[in-house]
Amino acid sequence: MITKNGKGVFGGIAFGNIKIFNGDKKVKKYFTTDTAGEKKRFEAARKKAYDKTIKLMEKTASEIGKKEAAIFEIHSMMMNDDDFVALVESKIDGGINAEAAVYEAGEETAEMFSYLSDEYMRQRAADVKDVAERIVEAFGQDDNESGSGEKTIIVAYDLTPSQTVGLRDKNISGFVTEGGSATSHTAILARTMNIPAVIGVKGILDEAYDGRFAAVDSSSGTIYIEPNATTINRLKDKKDKAETEMQLLQRYKGVKTETKGGKSVMLYANISNMTDLDMVLANDAEGIGLFRTEFIFMGRNTFPSEDEQFEIYKKAVEKMGGKRVIIRTVDIGADKKVDYFNIPHEENPALGYRAIRICLDRVNIFKVQLRAILRASHYGKAALMFPMICTLEELRKAKNILNEVKLELDFESVPYDRNIEVGIMVETPSAALISESLAKECDFFSIGTNDLTQYTLAVDRQNNMVNSKFDTDHESILRLIHFTAQSAKKEGIWVGICGELGADKRLTEKFIKWGIEELSVSPVYILSLRKHITEMEF
Amino acid sequence: MESFEYILQDKEGIHARPAGIVVKAAKEFKSDITMENKGKTVNCKGIFAVMSLAAKCGEKIVITANGTDEKEAIKAVSAAIKENL
Repeated sequence: MITKNGKGVFGGIAFGNIKIFNGDKKVKKYFTTDTAGEKKRFEAARKKAYDKTIKLMEKTASEIGKKEAAIFEIHSMMMNDDDFVALVESKIDGGINAEAAVYEAGEETAEMFSYLSDEYMRQRAADVKDVAERIVEAFGQDDNESGSGEKTIIVAYDLTPSQTVGLRDKNISGFVTEGGSATSHTAILARTMNIPAVIGVKGILDEAYDGRFAAVDSSSGTIYIEPNATTINRLKDKKDKAETEMQLLQRYKGVKTETKGGKSVMLYANISNMTDLDMVLANDAEGIGLFRTEFIFMGRNTFPSEDEQFEIYKKAVEKMGGKRVIIRTVDIGADKKVDYFNIPHEENPALGYRAIRICLDRVNIFKVQLRAILRASHYGKAALMFPMICTLEELRKAKNILNEVKLELDFESVPYDRNIEVGIMVETPSAALISESLAKECDFFSIGTNDLTQYTLAVDRQNNMVNSKFDTDHESILRLIHFTAQSAKKEGIWVGICGELGADKRLTEKFIKWGIEELSVSPVYILSLRKHITEMEF
Repeated sequence: MESFEYILQDKEGIHARPAGIVVKAAKEFKSDITMENKGKTVNCKGIFAVMSLAAKCGEKIVITANGTDEKEAIKAVSAAIKENL
C-alpha cells in the first residue's frame, strides 16, 4: 500500500482504478499526400466535436448552471473559428495527417494566447488546447472507450472544464490532481457534481500507478494506492456511515434550529471565498457568521478597488437574500502574508502588525473596505465585524473611522443600511476579560476560538513543535467564553462563536446554556449540528 | 465602408463571453468586418482573433465593415458591443 496526501476539496470516499489523464496525449503524425481526404476527415471530426460540445453545453446548463455552461459555448465558437480552420487546412496542405494538423494548430494558437499581457487571456490558452484535444479525440479512437463498468479514479495534473463534465457518465468515482487550487475547475465542478476530489497530490502522476486499484478519502485528503484489507474495510465503513448520515441529514433542511425545550440558535456558516456561497445555500445555513475578506486581497499584486470589493460583498448579501452576512474587515498579517502590504519582517508576527492594527494605522485601506461594505449593505442584510480587538480604544477608533465613512456616503447621497450592526471578534484574552466594557459599545460578539486558544495558551498555531498543546477546549478557554457570554447578556447584545470550537458537539449544549446565540461553522457541518441541537432535551 | 468607434466600458475588457457575442453578431453578415485596437486590426468574425486583442476597459476599438450589407452589419455589431461591453 502506498499512501499519498493532498487537500480534499469535496468530502467523501471513493474506490476505483486509477486512470492517468495525460494532457499531452501523443498524437500520431505521419505524412500523406491525400490532402482532400484528410480535410474531409478533419471536417467530420470537427463537426462531431462541435455537436458534442453543444450537447455538453446544454447538459451543463440544465444540470449545473448557465454560468458554468458559457465556457462550452465559447469552445463551440472556437471550433467554428475561420482562422483556426484555415490554419489546420494549411497544415494539411503541407502534407501531414489531420490529427497532427489539429494538434499543431491548437498548440500554435495556444502559444499566441500565452504571450498576451493579460493574465485572463493567458489562461485561455488552456481552453484552446482543450478545444484542439476534443477535435483530436473525435477522430474516432476514443469513441467506445468506456463500458467496462468498473469505477475509475481520474488522476491528472489539472482537469479542463470539458474533461470534468464530459467524464460524468463514465463511471467516475473520484478526482485526484497534482496541481489545482481550491478554486480551480476541478474543485468547483467536483463539488457541484458531488464527486470526491483531492488536489495538490505531489508525485501522483507517475505512470506506474496507472490502472492500479486505489481509494480516495477526501475528508482527510489521502490517496491509498493498492490499499490493504484493513484500510479498505475501514474506509468502506466510513463511507457507508457518511452516506447514510448525509441522506438522513437532508431532512433537516428548512427545519428550525431549536432544542426540544424551545431554545433556538442561529446556525451560520463561515466562508473564505465566493464559491463557498453555494455550499452555504446547499446546506441551508441561516446566515453567514464569518465572511473572511482576506481572499479578496490575496493572490494579487495591488489593492482591490472599492468597486471590486463592493461587487463581491453585494453579490454575497444578495445571494443570501436578507439573511445576515457578517463581513469581517481584512485580517492580513501573522500567517496571512500579502506582499503589496509591505509589512516589514517581524520576529513574532502573531503578536505583531496584523488585522485591525494595520487598518487603524493605514486608514486609507480600511476606509476603502468600509465604504465597499456599507454600500453593499443597501442590498441585503450585512453586518460589520472587526478582528483582533484588544482594547476599548481600538474599538472606538474603528467606529470613529466608520462614522467618518458614513458621513462621506451621506454627503455623496450613497445609500447604505443606517442600522448596520457593528460587532467584534473576541479572539484575544484581553477582549474577553474586558468584554463588559466592549459590550457597551458594540452590537454583537463573535468568539474566534482559534486565535483565542493561541493567545491564551501561548501556543503558536503555526509551530509544529507545540501543536499538541493547542488545546481548544482547555478550561482557560471555556472560562473566557463563558465570561464573554455573561458580559454580552448583561449588556443585552448577542454573542456567537465562529471558531472551530463552534462545531464541537461535545460543547454545544454547554454553549447554548451559557447563552451563546449563534454558532458559525463550515457549511458542511450545518445540517449535522442542526440535527444535534434539535435532539437536545432542555 | 462603414465604421463605428467605441470606448470599452466593461471592467473586464473583451473577455471570452462578450467576444463570443460580438463574433456571433458579425458572422451573420457577408461584409468583411474588422476590429481595431491599439494599432492592430483583426477579423471580427474570428473568436481567436478578437480575443487575442486583449482589449481592456477604457481602450478604444474601431469596427469597420466593407461589403454589400455593411450598414446593417455595423448596426448589429455596434448594438452587440454597446450591450455587452
